[in-house]
Amino acid sequence: MSSDNPRDAIVESTAPLTDTRDARMGAGADDRFNSPLREAFGTQPFILTKFDKFMNWVRGSSMFLLQFGIACCSIEMMHTFGVKHDVDRFGAGVPRASPRQADCIIVPGTIVSKFAPRMKRVYDQMPEPKFVVGMGSCTISGGPFQEGYNVVKGAEEVIPVDIHVPGCPPRPEALVYGIAKLQERVANGESSPVVVKPYELEQFGDLDRDELVEKLADEIDEETLVMRYNWADSP
Amino acid sequence: MSADEELVETTVGSDLDADGIAALLGEAVLDREEHLNAPGFVIRPDAVQEVLTKLRDEAGFDHLSCVTAQQYTDRYESIYHLTSYDDRQREVSVVVPTDPERPVSQSAEPVFRTADWHEREAYDLVGIEYEGHPDLRRILLPQTWQGHPLSLEYHQDKPQIVTLDAHKNPLEADHRGNSETMFLNIGPHHPATHGVLHLKAVLDGEQVADVEPDIGYLHRCEEQMCQAGTYRHQIMPYPDRWDYISAGLLNEWAYARAAEDLADLEVPEYAQVIRTMSAELCRIASHLLAMGTFALDVNGDFTAAFMYAITDRERVQDILEDLTGQRMMFNYFRLGGVAWDLPEPREEFFGKIRDFLDHLPGAAEEYHNLITRNEVFQLRCVDTGYLSPEVAKSYGCTGAVARASGIDYDLRRDDPYGYYDELDWEVITEDGCDNYARLLVRMREVEQSARIIEQCVDLLEDWPEDDREIQSNVPRTLKPDEDAEIYRAVEGAKGELGIYIRSDGTDKPARFKIRSPCFSNLQALPAIAEGEYIPDLIAALGSLDIVLGEVDR
Repeated sequence: MSSDNPRDAIVESTAPLTDTRDARMGAGADDRFNSPLREAFGTQPFILTKFDKFMNWVRGSSMFLLQFGIACCSIEMMHTFGVKHDVDRFGAGVPRASPRQADCIIVPGTIVSKFAPRMKRVYDQMPEPKFVVGMGSCTISGGPFQEGYNVVKGAEEVIPVDIHVPGCPPRPEALVYGIAKLQERVANGESSPVVVKPYELEQFGDLDRDELVEKLADEIDEETLVMRYNWADSP
Repeated sequence: MSADEELVETTVGSDLDADGIAALLGEAVLDREEHLNAPGFVIRPDAVQEVLTKLRDEAGFDHLSCVTAQQYTDRYESIYHLTSYDDRQREVSVVVPTDPERPVSQSAEPVFRTADWHEREAYDLVGIEYEGHPDLRRILLPQTWQGHPLSLEYHQDKPQIVTLDAHKNPLEADHRGNSETMFLNIGPHHPATHGVLHLKAVLDGEQVADVEPDIGYLHRCEEQMCQAGTYRHQIMPYPDRWDYISAGLLNEWAYARAAEDLADLEVPEYAQVIRTMSAELCRIASHLLAMGTFALDVNGDFTAAFMYAITDRERVQDILEDLTGQRMMFNYFRLGGVAWDLPEPREEFFGKIRDFLDHLPGAAEEYHNLITRNEVFQLRCVDTGYLSPEVAKSYGCTGAVARASGIDYDLRRDDPYGYYDELDWEVITEDGCDNYARLLVRMREVEQSARIIEQCVDLLEDWPEDDREIQSNVPRTLKPDEDAEIYRAVEGAKGELGIYIRSDGTDKPARFKIRSPCFSNLQALPAIAEGEYIPDLIAALGSLDIVLGEVDR
């Protein structure tokens, strides 16, 4: 098939099928609703599939990302949304300002002790099913700041992560690849298991009474949500 | 205080030398020190306000640039780095030693408003307490943190507990007595806060009665990281990550300048030209993003402006990638020069830069049509977010924020470094003092940066081939003299970016303190936003152009 005029080739090869299909469907359907997909279905404009599979395909093809900036990586994330890279081409370019409207959160940057409880809260506010792309070295291990007294050693200490995109920061192309990989996984019905993470939000009263808890007992209410960091055991 | 009085005041005593200052301060001075950038006066911890008032009113030191706190084995020390907005090269360091058992010294907050946050940071990280400080709480770390991480006896492996209750529920019964106000949280996850900033706002109707920035959500221990690295190579990657809006080279220059002056290193002229050119490219990239996000903040319909700005930034980043090999985290400067020469073929590289420079005037015209000449935009920004020059000085504002308030202060000209003093360009000031002026300063600075780049390209094109020295001879292991102290600043994308380094004779700094321009600029937000409508608070925040990586460090 010559690539000089592919249009003709398609018209020639599918015209009889299209005619048959149109004849079967009868009048009523407007030309505007014709699409390459319809052409591809040919004379049988129906498919048989499992509902779950269809839903997964739909989910993967239309990702709403949370507009969530933390650090350096968020600048590259903005470029990924921008004109040149335009992640919208892959059906994942609708940044939502509210976590309640988002399917997928990109974690773009270093997570520090003060921010981890808030990030956990934002993640908890997203409706199921939800997916996480960890962007950059900081969300893998703490990256260049791993030795810091205040730095959580990777997003996976706090929330489950489906895809890790390494780099400091990853190029927009890398992030697009990561998102595409995530879409592929979602379409296949895969996601990371939600398990208990080393750092969880819990009520202060539920913590084991150790020296630190005793010391803070006057300052913090029993019912206050807290996150306890165990730096010595961090990887 | 009128501007004229200010002028008289600052000229009084501006001819004082170190001995003159010592005489002025009298018996408050315990000892004299010599820092590499300025004379240092060791003073009594209970005389801080008296000394700083005298220096400000009688010797013309009206800019408290930075407060550095550190712990020695036998004492704590706070250093107030003072300079003058009119004459940046006049500097003095006021050193306040305190007792190791009970580290308390007088607060400088009543004299310089900017000392408020700086002293809170010193308390938070080092553990010095300031008597008379209005609100001495932790600023970067959570309130429940145990220990002071940059003090000598801090044990990093101890567990910590962080609470999530700091954000009060606005629907609860009123938070401020019986008045008609309402409490509103903005952030830390909010599209308009430019990162992870939390604003605690108190509203009276639709007006802002009070706003308190709550920072520290991106405190990545940058100072600790730098203190753990060796001078020669291990520190340079970190500056890229302070102000990460592609301003990496400007930040690298801050460290390079401080360390080169500390270790007395020469930089070849050729490398200085490359540095100047590449740093200005970074400034353009940074200002473009500031403009794009500001347009987005002020009115969502300006998405087009944001997309255009991103597109132009891509062009800058392409050029910088050709030069440095990276889009954002360049790590291109070396102590004593730059990492490598311009990419070959040079003509192609220069052609790419010239193409971009040719494209800029048209793009600038388009931005002005889209943004600054837009009536809706003008209604939103002209005369909102007023910051008077006196208040700006008292908060230590620098960069575009200060210049938009009519303060003619730019370190590239006032404390020359690199190749700036050989080139023909202007310092942009506006006297609108409002959100509009701050944006206008940035947009006009882009044009000046383009002028600088063009001259640098001309110079580099004609540079003789046998004289392209990119690095001077630098010892493999740098060990500056023991107890050498230096505070040096450059004009970063957001303002005066200063580095304080104290050497202890090893190959790693004993204290590495970053003076972030955004930290001081953000501190002025309550002064700007009080009494404004809530959308104008968002506009004011956008016009300050903060980047949280640099605020929190």
